[in-house]
Amino acid sequence: MDHRDIPIDVILDIYTRILRIRRFEEEVGKLFRQGQLPGFVHLYIGEEAVAAGVCAALTDEDTIISTHRGHGHVIAKGGDIKRMMAELFGKASGYCKGKGGSMHIADFDIGMLGACGIVGGGIPVAVGAGLSAWYSASERVSLCFFGDGAANEGSFHESLNLASALNLPVIFVCENNQYGEFTPASRAMNIEDIAARAAGYGIPGIIADGSDALEMYRIATAAVQRARAGQGPTLIEAKTHRSGGHAEGEEAFLAGQQYRGEAELAQARAKDPLRLLHTYVAEKDLIPADQLESLDEGITRALREAVAFARESPLPEVDSIYDDLWL
Amino acid sequence: MPRKTYIAAVQEALAEEMRRDPQVLLIGEDVRIGVFAGTRGLHAEFGDKRVIDTPISELAVAGAGIGAAVTGLRPVVDLMFGTFMFLAFDQIANQAGAMRYMYGGQTNVPVVFMTQNGAGSSAGHHHSQSVHQFFMNMPQIKVVLPSTPYDVKGLLKSAIRDENPVIFLNSLSLGGKRGAVPDEEYLVPLGVADIKRAGNDVSICAVGSAVYTALSAANALAKEGIDAEVIDLRTLSPWDSDAVLESVRKTGRFVAVDESFPTCSAASEWAATVAERAFHDLKAPVQRVNNKDVPVPFSPVLEKAVLPSAEDVIAAVRRTLE
Ligand SMILES: Cc1ncc(C[n+]2csc(CCOP(=O)(O)OP(=O)(O)O)c2C)c(N)n1
Ligand SMILES: [Mg+2]
Repeated sequence: MDHRDIPIDVILDIYTRILRIRRFEEEVGKLFRQGQLPGFVHLYIGEEAVAAGVCAALTDEDTIISTHRGHGHVIAKGGDIKRMMAELFGKASGYCKGKGGSMHIADFDIGMLGACGIVGGGIPVAVGAGLSAWYSASERVSLCFFGDGAANEGSFHESLNLASALNLPVIFVCENNQYGEFTPASRAMNIEDIAARAAGYGIPGIIADGSDALEMYRIATAAVQRARAGQGPTLIEAKTHRSGGHAEGEEAFLAGQQYRGEAELAQARAKDPLRLLHTYVAEKDLIPADQLESLDEGITRALREAVAFARESPLPEVDSIYDDLWL
Repeated sequence: MPRKTYIAAVQEALAEEMRRDPQVLLIGEDVRIGVFAGTRGLHAEFGDKRVIDTPISELAVAGAGIGAAVTGLRPVVDLMFGTFMFLAFDQIANQAGAMRYMYGGQTNVPVVFMTQNGAGSSAGHHHSQSVHQFFMNMPQIKVVLPSTPYDVKGLLKSAIRDENPVIFLNSLSLGGKRGAVPDEEYLVPLGVADIKRAGNDVSICAVGSAVYTALSAANALAKEGIDAEVIDLRTLSPWDSDAVLESVRKTGRFVAVDESFPTCSAASEWAATVAERAFHDLKAPVQRVNNKDVPVPFSPVLEKAVLPSAEDVIAAVRRTLE
């Protein structure tokens, strides 16, 4: 890969986002294994380059919508890891006051319109955010993330067509990690590239290497420019992989059943987006090694603080179940 | 009698019915792996043709189940979590729930839509709602929500043999619950209630996991000399109003416990029927115990607070004794 045209500060910014997601997810995995987190958590490890590269192409005014595997999107959009962690612990100081949890984190102040436990559930909402940008003649674009599995929901197809018919500034980013839970995409659809579906709706469909953060950035930037220029929606398919399970603790309900071979997993892990970007930066001597190291230390420290904050925060008051119902 | 888990009983019912009738097949997301273990192992026995993993396309899968049913198969459509039924709602409400009547009795629709119902996994609103009440509102749909391993097996077998569309709801929080399940074949008929605890002072009616809430309330009340009867309806539509009315005629007091949003809930229907048909037998106003009227929050302390508790049931019983 060659990304000479991307400024160093942007590369450093993208690297920082990836690293912050990685360290956050590693910590969440650990906390979950220790039994400290209720509910389900779906980690984004292996897919960080998608959110980081794409969100680096957005402004604070642009909006995103996420999925059940949403921690990475929130962080990439600039979310506060303290409030995220507190939400995962079900604490009153969390983003949603403990009412949302891992699959429902939102930060409307930074244009993060919510993660979603319903597969494909966020896609139509993103079309609406695009509608409102168009209506108010704003420069804003609406972007949504979703998986390969979600591309088989009616909501995906209707939304692409609606956004296309109305020529709205919406960017659809499909994170094709080749699995929906335990079913490989190859058994759920008879096409190799989800991007090919764009043609059926008269919009561009672009295939991207989802482990190459800088390529993601470049492709997203072009789609954003198109949308801002009033040229309508784009579907971006990021070929990616999750290096862990569908959900943490899945061994318990798999009960010994295998759905992904070791060889495939090893191949996937070889395309680790953090290591790839690190190698690129090191080989090209773009950012000094000690700077990257202290960046990591800073993030690790911030995470420790986030966990402490989450632990020490009070549980929500039981009476708060009636808060935020009506306005 | 051997003791088995609730979800193992679901698996046994599916396996037995698939062995018995080659027209029965299973279709849904990750049914091979069996996310909730109810469908686990069936692919090994019955193969690709009868245990069909699908794309994540609830509307199409539900509709395909209906289409297969009207052309001679007896599909069990697995929709995993109750809330995913909302994506299939159109096909269930507009097609399954109307075809036989709308087409003048030309067809029957022997399809089972199976899913997990209710809260209990602290996974937030999208994975924690009860959905049974929505389907009770549809005239041509049967709705089943069993509470014990014995019942779930016998009822699922009956549901698969039923000629009508059945929404078959497994209680999410009861999957690991153990109980006696005979190895010999048996059926539990749809539409028949079961008295889970006999008593003379108050009738408490419940389904699914709420049955245990009612039972623990009844046990606590027994210590004060209040003798509660706990009726497990098992089937919500059509429901066994005779059993409920008979109990109320005996006790004169009625408490409905239902893990769903209060408005137009199952409890609303039971309470209205009791008020309508047993008014003169009542010694006190009927009482409803439901979820608090809010979406289901994630944090375990909040989730617990919105669900009906034994204390809520005890308080409702006391109101009937005032
Ligand atoms: C409507 C709906 N159907 C099914 C599920 C259960 N489910 C949760 S995640 C998932 C797989 C989603 O696959 P994909 O869209 O590829 O996202 P990934 O998990 O791979 O990131 C499924 C089936 C759900 N949450 N919502
Ligand atoms: Mg996927």
